[in-house]
Amino acid sequence: MALSSAKRSDNQHPLCPEMTLEIGSSPMDVRRALVRATEALVRGGYGPQFRGIVELVLAEALNNIVEHAYAGQGAGRIQVRLLELPGAICLQLRDRGAPMPGLVLPEGRLKPLGHDGDLPEGGFGWYLIRRLASEVSYRRDAGENILEIAVAREPECAAEGSGGSDRLR
Amino acid sequence: MKLTCRGTEPQVITVGAPRIDAAAAIQFKDAMRAALLPEARRVILDLSAVEFIDSSGLGAIVAVKKSMAPGQQLDLAGLTPMVDKLFRLTRMETIFVLFPTLAAAEASALSEPALRFGSDAPGH
Repeated sequence: MALSSAKRSDNQHPLCPEMTLEIGSSPMDVRRALVRATEALVRGGYGPQFRGIVELVLAEALNNIVEHAYAGQGAGRIQVRLLELPGAICLQLRDRGAPMPGLVLPEGRLKPLGHDGDLPEGGFGWYLIRRLASEVSYRRDAGENILEIAVAREPECAAEGSGGSDRLR
Repeated sequence: MKLTCRGTEPQVITVGAPRIDAAAAIQFKDAMRAALLPEARRVILDLSAVEFIDSSGLGAIVAVKKSMAPGQQLDLAGLTPMVDKLFRLTRMETIFVLFPTLAAAEASALSEPALRFGSDAPGH
C-alpha cells in the first residue's frame, strides 16, 4: 500500500477512527495520546488485539521521538495522525526534533539477550516497530521528521486466531 | 506506582497500576527496589492488573531482575494478552519464567521450592 497516498480527512463519523492530535514531548503526553488513539480505534470497531498492537507501535515510535529527537526535553511538539487505509491503520508522526542519525531508520535488530549482568534494558523499541508494522517510512522535510508506519490488520490477528472480535465492523 | 506485597517464600508483588510505560518506568523500578525483600529467594511479580507495558517498562522489569541478589529469582505471573505478546516477541520467556496466572506461579513454588532457572539444573 502507498503510505504517501494517505490523505487527511478529519471525518468524525462514529465508525471512523481517524484523528489528528498535537501533543507535547513528555512521557505523560505520550500516554494521553495512546489513550486517545485507543479510543479512536474502539470507535472504528477494531478489536483488542489489533488495538494493542497499534498502541505498542505508537508508544515505541513516540517514545523514540521524546527520548531521541527531543532528547527528553519535553518542550517539543509532535503531531500524531491516525489514518485508516484499506486493511491497515497508518500512523503519521511529525516532529521538529533532531533528525534520525544518517537520515535512516534504525534496523531494529534484537540483540542477543545474554544472561543476568549483561541483559539489555533497552533497544527493543525499533525491533518491536519493525516486527509489528507492515510498512515504515521516514523522511526529513524542511526541518521536520515525518515518520509513517502502517500496521496491517489481517496477518497478525488471523495468526492469533481469536477471530470475530478483531473484524472491522 | 502502587505495589502490594505478600509473603516471603515466595514473595508476591502485585502491580496495582494498569500501565508500566515510559511515564511510569522509573517509579516502577524505585517501588520494586523498595519492596523487594532481601531474604526472599523467589519473587513472583503479579502483572494481572497491567494492561500495557512498552519497551521502557520491559527495560524496567529487566533492570529490577538485574538488581536482585544472585540467589534470587524473579518470575512473572498473570500476563495479560498484550503483555504476554511483548515478552514473547522480545524473547523474554528465555529470561523469565512466565506463568499464566498467579495461582499457577504459586503452585509451582509449592511443588518446586528450590526452582532455579537454567544453570542449577542437573546435567544429563
